[in-house]
Amino acid sequence: MNTFLEEVNEKINGVPIQRCYHCRKCTAGCPMTSAMEHNPNRVIKMIQMGRREAVLNSATIWLCVSCETCITRCPNEVDIARMMDVLREIAIGTGVGAKEKNILKFHEAFLTNIRVGGRINEPSMMVHYKLKSGDLFSDMAMGMDMFMKGKLSLISPRTKDMKSVRRIFEKTKQS
Amino acid sequence: MKVSYYPGCSLHGTAKEYDQSVRSVSRALGIDLEEIEDWSCCGASSAHSTNFKLSIALPARDLIAAEKKTQDVMVPCAACFNRFKTAEHHLSHDPALKAEVEEIVGGRYQGSIAIRNPIDIIANDIGLEALSAKVVKKLAGLKPASYYGCLLLRPPEVCRFDDAENPVLLDRILTTLGAEARPWSFKTDCCGGSLTISKTTIVTKMVDKLMKMAREAGANCLVTACPVCTANLDMRASAGAKLPVFYFTELAALAMGQEGPEGWFKLHQTDPRPLLQGLGLL
Ligand code: SF4
Ligand code: SF4
Ligand code: SF4
Ligand code: SF4
Repeated sequence: MNTFLEEVNEKINGVPIQRCYHCRKCTAGCPMTSAMEHNPNRVIKMIQMGRREAVLNSATIWLCVSCETCITRCPNEVDIARMMDVLREIAIGTGVGAKEKNILKFHEAFLTNIRVGGRINEPSMMVHYKLKSGDLFSDMAMGMDMFMKGKLSLISPRTKDMKSVRRIFEKTKQS
Repeated sequence: MKVSYYPGCSLHGTAKEYDQSVRSVSRALGIDLEEIEDWSCCGASSAHSTNFKLSIALPARDLIAAEKKTQDVMVPCAACFNRFKTAEHHLSHDPALKAEVEEIVGGRYQGSIAIRNPIDIIANDIGLEALSAKVVKKLAGLKPASYYGCLLLRPPEVCRFDDAENPVLLDRILTTLGAEARPWSFKTDCCGGSLTISKTTIVTKMVDKLMKMAREAGANCLVTACPVCTANLDMRASAGAKLPVFYFTELAALAMGQEGPEGWFKLHQTDPRPLLQGLGLL
């Protein structure tokens, strides 16, 4: 059986993360470290030590905003942003779920909206997210304000060839 | 010049004023926009955060549709731009993935057209001289901090149209419009846009910091080329920290004396009109 390190490297399908020499440049530039329980460099070390559960159960992998600062600055081209995507995919795929539940619920609401209409309809996506997350009242006033200004509309043009969009979702579905 | 146009979902919704100003400025500069037929969403960060293949297949569908016309495609939303460029990168470096994605999407991807941001097209194809010739009202007194955010320029080997750490093209456009772009070192710092709904408290801190740094640099507004950045900066700053936020095309339209800017400014969360009226620009 693959080690956790091998599993992650295989999915990244690029520069293996053990090329990291722990200079922590990635971490110095990461905008989210103050909110993360493990900084990006530490996540690499944890993967190397095989700490699968701790990594997959962390809020860190969900708080990464994919700003790509780490990969831009890493002297060894270690793609931490992609690594975080991979870790999220493994967490979802193996049923660990998301430590930051609302972040995943937001992604789900967003993708459901595309699957249904081909394009995002912001109000309907937000309603879906709010029902799923139970976070019903935040942003209500702002939403109303945008609604009054005519920025949000319940109906917006959608993709006509929905068959092809549904096919993409069908064929990329992860078991 | 003729280019294909991919507005993306935001430009049909909360970023209407970006769509309208891009169209209006393009028309005046002789850029003919042809919307990609029956486009679909690029999937944004929600797709790549949870499903790599989906995050390549969604933009691939649009790129394949765009390739029916042999002309570059303009993508004004930085988030869409990044997803398109990322898809292009993977499709051209990974033949196995390309074959699989082509089967999923049901079409062949040739990689024959360039994916361009409007900053790049205006600064490099139209040129600053041609832009300057269209300016009828110099934006004197406006001191923007140009904000590129993360998605326009990172990672550099994927996006590459300006320096990744200290980009300058947007500043040059603003200077051409007569504004005094302020130097600052937060041009490409992240504003946390993708967590704006699900992690609002963290994001407010990030946005406030940017606003504070822009003020320290002597700026009286921020300028972006991204609906995600704009929505985030404009909505999430705390009351004391707020500065008005513009799309660079809104300012171009204003400097070119076009109809429209005043109506667009009304749509902003932080009303920029008092600032512009104070400077005699409105
Ligand atoms: S910047 Fe690269 S080499 Fe340095 S610690 Fe981060 S991942 Fe490792
Ligand atoms: S991509 Fe993620 S890990 Fe890398 S710097 Fe940005 S937030 Fe941090
Ligand atoms: S990035 Fe945003 S606007 Fe662009 S297509 Fe995707 S969701 Fe729609
Ligand atoms: S919203 Fe955030 S993620 Fe999007 S471009 Fe702006 S800084 Fe980057």
